[in-house]
Amino acid sequence: MRRNEYLIKAFFFLTACVSVTILALIMIFLVKEGAPILSHVTLKEFLFGQYWYPTDDPVAFGIFPLIVGTVSVTLISTLVSVPLGVMTAVYIAEIATDNLAAIIKPLVELIAAIPSVVIGFFGMVVVSPFLQDTFGVPTGLNLFNASLMLAFMATPTICSVTEDAIRSVPESLKEASLALGATHLETIFKVTVPAAISGISTAIILGMSRAVGETMVVLMVAGGAAMNPHSLFDPVRPMPASIAAEMGEAAFGSEHYNALFATGVVLFLFTLGFNLFAAWIAGRYNRK
Amino acid sequence: MKKIILVLSLICLASPAMAGKLVLKGSTTVLPIAQKATEAYMALHPDTVITLSGGGSGNGIKAIIDGTATIGNSSRFIKDKEVKQAVDQNAYPVPHRIAIDCIVPIIHKNNPVSDLSKEKLRDIYTGKITNWKDVGGPDMKIVVISRDSSSGTFDAWKELVLDGERVTPAALTQPSNGGLVTQISGTKGAIGYIALGYINTDVKVVSVDGIKGSEQTAKNGRYTISRPLFMFTAGWPEGETLDFINFILSPKGQALVKEAGSITLY
Repeated sequence: MRRNEYLIKAFFFLTACVSVTILALIMIFLVKEGAPILSHVTLKEFLFGQYWYPTDDPVAFGIFPLIVGTVSVTLISTLVSVPLGVMTAVYIAEIATDNLAAIIKPLVELIAAIPSVVIGFFGMVVVSPFLQDTFGVPTGLNLFNASLMLAFMATPTICSVTEDAIRSVPESLKEASLALGATHLETIFKVTVPAAISGISTAIILGMSRAVGETMVVLMVAGGAAMNPHSLFDPVRPMPASIAAEMGEAAFGSEHYNALFATGVVLFLFTLGFNLFAAWIAGRYNRK
Repeated sequence: MKKIILVLSLICLASPAMAGKLVLKGSTTVLPIAQKATEAYMALHPDTVITLSGGGSGNGIKAIIDGTATIGNSSRFIKDKEVKQAVDQNAYPVPHRIAIDCIVPIIHKNNPVSDLSKEKLRDIYTGKITNWKDVGGPDMKIVVISRDSSSGTFDAWKELVLDGERVTPAALTQPSNGGLVTQISGTKGAIGYIALGYINTDVKVVSVDGIKGSEQTAKNGRYTISRPLFMFTAGWPEGETLDFINFILSPKGQALVKEAGSITLY
């Protein structure tokens, strides 16, 4: 009996080791393949260079427009997905009847099950012509379209994590508020939501990190122009789209190949930052 | 002793198959043609093993010079510097013209513009001209669409139209030919470029300097945005390599060239 238990423990320990090792190997590989680019350009030129011409002569490996692309689609999609996700969660957790919540919740979670290529295709053939016809913009494949599609993908994440946070607010807090004469809505916005704010922050950051790393959607609908956008309807080229579009053709071991891996490292640092931040906030939340 | 004879005879039996090994490397423009050709060739000669990889024209030529490939695919002619390098290493590069590549500018169906000069095309792609009214069209912003920088079509466009100048950073990029046609057919102010084999009726082809890109004008040299595609060998090809080159130049091989979207030699 004891031996069995020992074996099972060892098995789970090994499994845990495998995932940690794989993560470590991926990191090592990324850095190893990306670092050689620094022998062609300085770190400053790479991160803040305005021009991305990886195959031209002379070459230019400046990923600043790509970073701006990633940051801008992430921020704008957050502006859309946060109100949508948080309010849906409030509705499901606090306002909707149990029956209605039992219908809406699975439907929202179903959005997360739509493959990103389908959402990208939707953006290309439905949203893009709509934007062109309605706003008269030259191209419908732009920052706004990509942000909208990403918001669509991040909303279920934000919604379900927020809902958990709201549900874990102690009943006694709400009862106290109601007993003091506050209405239902006042209780929700002045007591329940503030009490769940750490959990909601975690939800938002998880949603954002989903948007940062998403590849297919931005490859299909962001337009792919490596420039700093001047308006909401300008095309952008976020980092994942650039990597996906160019990696297939970049000669193995070339400067371009290294530059794409280095872009991957930057992207990895972005998502790592988001996740660490989310973990930090969640940690603070648990201590309270 | 018997064993040794057996082994020797096995080696003798195996050797014809061992000789049938080709390594193709180089241009991504030639890649679709080479892919179709190698598949068809291997179906005809099951003993032959062909490995095919991209890497760009420069790498293809380099590979035949240093002997890492039997055939170097290239979408351009060999440069003087490369010839010198090759001769220094006792490899005499021999070009084999296998197909013609022709690239045409395409726009939205309802756009009245029907002809653009090469200079205007260059100005549009470098970002100097941004409105259709400057090239005789309606007052509408030009949506410049380019292929991704690693595509062979992009390479040719840059060389033949842009004179090596950079495409404006505001240009949208499309990873595939199909996506490009879809995008242009749905965007009123769009302009793009595509290999002749990929055009369909959803988009309008613009003539360049008064000459419309077609199989005929590309073959007789009047349409200037076209170029021959090459396979280079080190020295005059022999054996299996010669067989393979002859296969591509045969009517059967040229049919595959057409299938791959390029123009046949004859």
